[in-house]
Amino acid sequence: MDKKSVLERTRGRLDRIGDPALKAITFAAAALAVTVLGLIAFELVRGSRLAFHRFGLGFVTSQTWDAIHNQFGALSLIFGTAVTSILAIAIATPLAIAIALFLTELAPKPVRALLGALVEMLAAIPSVILGLWGILVLGPFVQNQLEPFLNSTLGFLPFFRGPHSGTGILTAILILTIMVVPIVASVTRELFATVPPELREGALALGATRWEMVRGVLLPAARPGIFAAVALGFGRAVGEAMAVLMVIGSQIGIHLSLFAHSDTLAARIAGQYNGSSTNLQTSSLVYLATILLVISLAVNIGAQLLIKPIDRRPRRRRIALDRAFEAQGLSAD
Amino acid sequence: MEAIKTKIEVTEKERLPVVSEREAVFEARDLAVYYGDQRAIDGVNLDIYQRLITAIIGPSGCGKSTFLRTLNRMNDLVPAARLTGQLRYRGIDLYGPGVDAVEVRRRVGMVFQKPNPFHSSIYDNVAYGLRILGMKKDLDERVEKALRAAALWDEVKDRLKDSALGLSGGQQQRLCIARAIAVEPEVVLFDEPASALDPISTSAIEDLMHELKRDYTLVIVTHNMQQAARVADMTAFFGLDVSPDGNRQGVLVEYDETEKIFTNPSDKRTEGYVTGRFG
Repeated sequence: MDKKSVLERTRGRLDRIGDPALKAITFAAAALAVTVLGLIAFELVRGSRLAFHRFGLGFVTSQTWDAIHNQFGALSLIFGTAVTSILAIAIATPLAIAIALFLTELAPKPVRALLGALVEMLAAIPSVILGLWGILVLGPFVQNQLEPFLNSTLGFLPFFRGPHSGTGILTAILILTIMVVPIVASVTRELFATVPPELREGALALGATRWEMVRGVLLPAARPGIFAAVALGFGRAVGEAMAVLMVIGSQIGIHLSLFAHSDTLAARIAGQYNGSSTNLQTSSLVYLATILLVISLAVNIGAQLLIKPIDRRPRRRRIALDRAFEAQGLSAD
Repeated sequence: MEAIKTKIEVTEKERLPVVSEREAVFEARDLAVYYGDQRAIDGVNLDIYQRLITAIIGPSGCGKSTFLRTLNRMNDLVPAARLTGQLRYRGIDLYGPGVDAVEVRRRVGMVFQKPNPFHSSIYDNVAYGLRILGMKKDLDERVEKALRAAALWDEVKDRLKDSALGLSGGQQQRLCIARAIAVEPEVVLFDEPASALDPISTSAIEDLMHELKRDYTLVIVTHNMQQAARVADMTAFFGLDVSPDGNRQGVLVEYDETEKIFTNPSDKRTEGYVTGRFG
């Protein structure tokens, strides 16, 4: 047998399709994701052209939303979106970290599994059901208990003044908090779980207490991932339409008081699109959607930029990061 | 392979103090450790002497690490672990009432198998223990001293603020040693400190142990018999024993000066192990 024949192809043609096929399919899948994003952006820009020609960039800085006089502006909605999401994530983050710490570091094993499952289940509640619960239970509680209490204790601040009502910014913040906590908590829990046990032992072996270990070793090791988790939760809060629509009161206007009715970009789009009476109003709603998309993408990109410079070496936690972010740029080398 | 059967060279060391002059830091008396119902080690009687290097060798699963981790109460972290018999540290019952594991660990430091630097700068890694223990005075000096003692100072002095994760494995392990000795413990435990390192880094760690011996009592668990022969003054050989109830547990087979363990062991099992006939 001469040398050449040893190296000759022995397997059938079909066997050789595998590699190029894999490459083509995966490339197509990746390209599809990018294409869909591009198409959505294109469609939004096209749909908002009418409103853009009429109002220009002034749309972003105008407070008015008046369907009768055909005057539209996004500022009040941007404000409502920012206040509700920022405050929701501000309340949710420490809560979620506390839950994650309890679940990974402190709770006895059987409790961990059960409680962990329950927390994840909280994330599975459809937002319309949370909205319904917001109307039936949380709203009355906010109106009759929470707002009077906040008003009597912190009423010297402008944020806690005004007529009490179950629908408004405060209720929306609380509903969003409930939606965001399980997301941040479960991602953070994954992060803590991927911090190598040797790191914990290293700290404890130096005479650290459990709290010192958490503060000095665990949290720093998980920090970039926690940023990602918070960004993920924030994106969720910014984009949530249904639950917010049901509890926020759908009113235009910028108020300092958290008791006031308000509205957000997402809730306004969901609430008015079907009932839109003019082309200009429809186009203005699409303009709102464009702004919402820009904000969401900015949050996402900003978070990735925040994470990347810190996240050079440690590989393990990238797994959790990837899961959290579904980002292509963060692959473990 | 030839090397397995050849006799292990025991490195010439300074003369050991005679038995009566050795000062025991740890005294284990009839020590047994259980994980749940499983007995991991049983009937261990062993004294660990001050400012000597004691190596613990033996086959896998013989409880070497378990024994090491009883010395700084790291086994407390395993929920089902418990201990019978007695372990005294400087005459104090280490597991007695009123003894705080956190306090024990600051006196008995530990270096782990895998380098485990914290996700912070080189400086902060060494300063971590000092900060939590409130030794904040002269922090810079203490950090430098620890890094010098760990033979790492010259390599890192210009980049103390860089992430510790950028160091090589051997440097990371020396950083972990610096971190452990920065808080001025009396004893440093090494749990297979070089098994994840290349030969050059391993040799650096071994040289370092010889240096550290002047100030610290060192205990090292190792799979590598040559390493034990090179660094240790005293060597304890742990073996596996199957008791009548079927429990497989680690027992102390022989404990003596390293030279004797490797050249003239009294127990057949030790001889079998060190000459590579079993284990």
